[in-house]
Amino acid sequence: MSAHDRIAELVKNNDIVLFMKGTALFPQCGFSSRAIAILDRLEAKYETVDVLQDPEIRQGIKEYSEWPTIPQLYVRGEFVGGSDIMMEMFESGELQELLAQAA
Amino acid sequence: MPMAASEIERLIKEAIPDADVSIRDLAGDGDHYAARVESKSFAGMSRIKQHQAVYAALGGRVGGELHALQLETAVPQPENI
Repeated sequence: MSAHDRIAELVKNNDIVLFMKGTALFPQCGFSSRAIAILDRLEAKYETVDVLQDPEIRQGIKEYSEWPTIPQLYVRGEFVGGSDIMMEMFESGELQELLAQAA
Repeated sequence: MPMAASEIERLIKEAIPDADVSIRDLAGDGDHYAARVESKSFAGMSRIKQHQAVYAALGGRVGGELHALQLETAVPQPENI
């Protein structure tokens, strides 16, 4: 299966999925850590994919979303954004609404 | 590889001429920046599209040459109405 297809599967099969560096318990980058902190604060039920464990996904996810950085959040198949957009949406209350729909 | 703040600003303004750009060097290492970009051209665009426009202006450097660019985009608001 191509990286693109594997990503499409992950995004389709998980309502809330975060592609990140490291794991929820041990994020390996400040931006990934920030994304996890936001999701935890909202008590969201999410899956994570550690791109450091998979070079194909690490490169492929950037092409999939036409987005050059990691982390990347997907909710119900839609790309939401990286940690800056997550923070803006968290502060405005939009992220709470979006995640509530996915729960 | 470090990149100067002035170079980031120049590239953004080249692609988005009316952009109001402010840049902060977060770690003092020339590799972790925060940028705020305001432009009328962002009107009607989703946040994702606005950020993608800035990434495009930087021509593939974000995520590579430029490790981290904390980004905030906005449409300029009239200050006195």
